Amino acid sequence: MNREEKLKRQAKIRNFSIIAHIDHGKSTLADRILEETSALTQREMKEQLLDSMDLERERGITIKLNAVQLQYKAKDGEIYTFHLIDTPGHVDFTYEVSRSLAACEGALLIVDAAQGIEAQTLANVYLALENDLEILPVINKIDLPSAEPERVRQEIEDVIGLDASEAVLASAKAGIGIQDILEQIVEKVPAPQGDPEGPLKALIFDSLYDPYRGVVTYIRVAEGTVKIGDKIKMMATGKEFEVLELGVFTPKAVQKDFLTVGDVGFLTASIKNVGDTQVGDTITSAVKGAQEPLPGYRKMNPMVYCGLYPVDTAKYNDLREALERLVLNDSALQYEPETSQALGFGFRCGFLGLLHMEIIQERIEREFNIDLIATAPSVIYNVTMTDGEKIVVDNPANMPEAQKISVVEEPYVKASIMTPNDYVGTIMEICQKKRGIFMTMDYLENNRVNVLYEIPLSEIVYDFFDQLKSSTKGYASLDYELIGYKPSKLVKMEILLNNEKIDALSVIVHKDFAYERGKVVVEKLKELIPRQQFEVPIQAAIGQKIVARSNIKALRKNVLAKCYGGDISRKRKLLDKQKEGKKRMKTIGRVDVPQEAFMAVLRMDDTNNNK
Amino acid sequence: MLKAAYLHIPFCVQICHYCDFNKIFIHQQPVDEYLKSMKTEMLNTTNRFNNYKMETIFVGGGTPTSLSESQLDTFLRDVNEVLGNQSLKEFTVEANPEQTTNEKIAVLKSNGVNRLSIGVQAFQDSLLKKIGRTHNKEDVYSTVFSAKKAGIHNMSIDLMFGLPGQTMEMFKESVNEALALDVPHISSYSLQIEKKTVFYNLAQKGKLVLPEQELEAAMYEYLIETLDKRGFKQYEISNFAVPGFESKHNLQYWDNNEYFGIGAGAHSYAEGTRRRNAGPLRQYMSLIEENGFPYVEEHLVPLSEKMEEEMFMGLRKHQGVSDKTFFDRYGKSMFDVYKDPIERLIQKGWLERKKDTLMLTKEGIPLGNEVFQEFIGVVLD
Repeated sequence: MNREEKLKRQAKIRNFSIIAHIDHGKSTLADRILEETSALTQREMKEQLLDSMDLERERGITIKLNAVQLQYKAKDGEIYTFHLIDTPGHVDFTYEVSRSLAACEGALLIVDAAQGIEAQTLANVYLALENDLEILPVINKIDLPSAEPERVRQEIEDVIGLDASEAVLASAKAGIGIQDILEQIVEKVPAPQGDPEGPLKALIFDSLYDPYRGVVTYIRVAEGTVKIGDKIKMMATGKEFEVLELGVFTPKAVQKDFLTVGDVGFLTASIKNVGDTQVGDTITSAVKGAQEPLPGYRKMNPMVYCGLYPVDTAKYNDLREALERLVLNDSALQYEPETSQALGFGFRCGFLGLLHMEIIQERIEREFNIDLIATAPSVIYNVTMTDGEKIVVDNPANMPEAQKISVVEEPYVKASIMTPNDYVGTIMEICQKKRGIFMTMDYLENNRVNVLYEIPLSEIVYDFFDQLKSSTKGYASLDYELIGYKPSKLVKMEILLNNEKIDALSVIVHKDFAYERGKVVVEKLKELIPRQQFEVPIQAAIGQKIVARSNIKALRKNVLAKCYGGDISRKRKLLDKQKEGKKRMKTIGRVDVPQEAFMAVLRMDDTNNNK
Repeated sequence: MLKAAYLHIPFCVQICHYCDFNKIFIHQQPVDEYLKSMKTEMLNTTNRFNNYKMETIFVGGGTPTSLSESQLDTFLRDVNEVLGNQSLKEFTVEANPEQTTNEKIAVLKSNGVNRLSIGVQAFQDSLLKKIGRTHNKEDVYSTVFSAKKAGIHNMSIDLMFGLPGQTMEMFKESVNEALALDVPHISSYSLQIEKKTVFYNLAQKGKLVLPEQELEAAMYEYLIETLDKRGFKQYEISNFAVPGFESKHNLQYWDNNEYFGIGAGAHSYAEGTRRRNAGPLRQYMSLIEENGFPYVEEHLVPLSEKMEEEMFMGLRKHQGVSDKTFFDRYGKSMFDVYKDPIERLIQKGWLERKKDTLMLTKEGIPLGNEVFQEFIGVVLD
C-alpha cells in the first residue's frame, strides 16, 4: 500500500469513545452499535460485550479498556471503519480515561434523559475537551416515562456549553436513534490526521498480559506505520523490542501485517513486563525514531494504600506471584513487602482509589484463589519530626509516637458534588462532619447545584461516597482531584484485642473525632469477631489512654442436634462450612479474627449491634 | 449386614414454622399412590441389597399419624410384609399428639409398632402456637395415656429449646411436665433456623427475637442436670434415656452403620454408598415407576470420609469412639490418623481419652461442632 492509498484509507476512519455516567446506558449503546455494524452475529452477541471480565459484569462498570473495529456502510454509500474505544467509568481511573480519549477524534456523550448530567460525566467531558475531541451529545432513555429530553438538552448547553441542537434522541435499549448516531459519527467526527510515512508515533492506551504472548499493548497510531518485524522503542521507558504481532479486534483478534495512521489495534513484541509499556507512553521506531513523544504521558501515582496479607501464611509466595501477574496488567498498582506483628509477611500495596483496591483484592481471591486479609486503607501522610526530620507514612502502624511529631500533613482533595437543590443542606452536613472546607457553590440551572469542598482524602476513602449516595437517594454525584497537603491534628489510634496491640488494626484519626471513631470501631469489631472459647476484651487506645472498650462474650454453645432420617451429608456440609469459615480467619494471639474485621475501621455506617 | 430402615411419610396437616424437612401439606395429595410407590421401593431395595436383617424400623415424617387409620394399616402391613422378621427389636413411629387417636394407636399396636416418638416440643399452648404446632398439652397427656393403655410403654418425647419467646421458666416447666409423664426417653433439640421456613423469613426481616446464646446454653445445662438426677442418661448429645431404653435405631446412625431409607427425600447408606431420594412427590413416584429407584444423588463414600463420619457421628455418643472398632473397620488407629486434632482437642479440654476410647468432656458437649469439624479434611484419599 503506497502513501496515497494509506491517506485514502485514513480518510474513512472514525475513532470515538463513549462518555457516560454509570447506568446511563453506555454498555447497552455499545451493544447496539456492534449489532448495527454487524460486528457480531446474533449468536456471538453477548449482553454488554465490551465489559469482558466477570467482575466488570457483576459491578456493572468497565475496568479495562477495549477497542473494537467496526465496518459501517453509511448513507453516502461508502464503507467506513470505526474504532470504538471503551473507557472505564469510575473516578479512580481518570488518567486511563484521558489516555483512551487521546486515542480518539470524537466522543459520544450519553446523558440520561431523566437524570441529566452527573459530576462524573462532566469530569470526562472536560477530559474530552482537553483532548480536542468532537463531542456528539446523545440523549438516551427517551422512552422512559420520566424522560425530559428538552430539559436535558438545555442542561447540556448551559452546563457544558456545547451546541446540543442536533443531539440525537435515543433509546439504546429500544434501539431508537442508533442509525442517527452512526451517521453523525461519519459526518462530524474528523478523520485521523497524520503522515503515514512520517516517523512512527503510536499511543499506548492500555495493555494486558497474556501468558503465551507476553504483554499485549493496545495502541493508536498517530504518525507513521508499524510493521511486523520492526524494531520499536518505548519513549518513556526507553525499552526496545521487535514487533511480533499486529492486529485489530473485531471484536475477535484479527492479525494484520501493519498498522498505520488512525488504526487502533494491538501489538505484541514478547514484552515480559507491563511496566515497560506504560499507559500514555509513545511507541516509536528504534531505528528512525520520532523526536517528541505524544503529549500527556504521566506516571500514575497511587492515592490509597493498604496492607495485603495471605490468611494462610504459607501462601506468601503465591500472593507475591499474584501481584507480579496483576502488575503486568495494571501499571497503576504498586506493592512492596512489609511485615506485621499480627499478620506476618505481606505487602503494602498502592492503588488509584478505593474501587481499584477492592477490584484488585477480589481478583486475587478469585483468580488466584488466595484468601486475603486487607488492612484498612490509608493515605500518605507527611510527618515532620521534632528534630526536623521529614518522613512519609503510608501505614498507620508506622506513625511515630505523638511526642516525637511536630507536624502531620495529610492530602486534601477538591471535591465537586453535583446534586439536586433539595439535598444541599444534607450534603453540607456530611462534608462538615468529614472535616470539609466549603469553597463555592454554583447553581447550574433551576434545580441543580455544584458544591465545591476541600476535604481530606482520608475522609473520602472512608465512607464518604456511600454516605453521599444514601443520604441523597443516589442523586448526588462526586468527582475529586488531589490539591495538595495541609497540616491536621491527627493521632494514631491503636486497637487491642485480648490486651494485645494489633498493629494491622491501627488507624490515623483526627483528634476531635477520636472518641467517636473509637467507639464505633470497637462495636463493629465486637459484631464481626465471632465468640471465642474465652471472653475477649476489645479496646481502642490513643497512646496510653483507652478511648473505647467492649467485650466479646465467650462461646457457650455450638452443637447441632438434628439427625434427620440419617442425612449425614447435611451434617458434613455444616461442619465443612464452619471449618471453611475458620480457615478464612487469622489467628492473632489466641483470637480468631475474620477478614472483615480488618476493614472495621472503615465501617462507620451503622452502630446497631445485636450480638 | 444392614440392620435398620428409615421410612418417610412426608404429609402434614399443618406445617411448623421451623421445619425444613421434606414435607407437604396433605390436602389433595396422592397419598395412596405414594404409599404404593413406597412398597415398590421397599421390594426393589430388598431385592437389590439382599444382605440385611432388620432389627430396627423407624417411620418418620412429615407426620406419619396424618395418614388415615386404613392408610396407616395398609402401609404398616406392607412394611411388615417386606421388612418384618423375627429379629426385629424396635419398631418406632413418630406421632403428633393431636392426631394420635385410640384407633390409630390400635392400628400401630396390631402391626407390631413397639415404640412411639411424640413431637411434643413444649408444654405451653401459647408457645406451641407461636411455633406453628396445632396441639395443646391436653393432647399430649391423652396420647401418652392411650398408648400406655394399649401397652406401648416405650415412648420418647421431643422437647425444643431456644425458641422465640421461650423463657427459662417455660423450659423448666416443659422438662418437668415431660418427666411427670413417666416415659423412658426424652430427645431435646435447640431450634435451628433453616432456609425455606417461616422462621427464616421472619429472621431475615429482623422480626424473630431468639434467646441469647447464654440463655440457650443455660437451658441445655439445666436439661442435662435435671434429667441426670432423674435417672436419664445422656447417651447422645440430644438424647436421654433410662438405661435400656436408648433408641436402637438412631444408634445405628451414630455407630456409622448402614441403613435403608425409603420414601420421598429419604437418605440411605448401603453397600458403601450414600444415596438421596427425590424429594418432590411426583418426581419420587415417577422415578420409581421408570427406574425402580428414586435416587437423585449417589455417593460412594471414600475411606477418608468413612473415618471422618466414624468420628463426628461416634463422638456424639456418651460412650464415644472405641479405637478397637475403628481399627477393625479401617485397619488403622484413630490415634494415628487424627493425632494432631485429638491432641489439640484434649488440650483444649473438649475431648478425653479413657483407655482406647475417645469421648467428649462435659465442656466439649455443648461445643460439639467445634470438635467435630477438627476431623474434617485431615486425611485425604
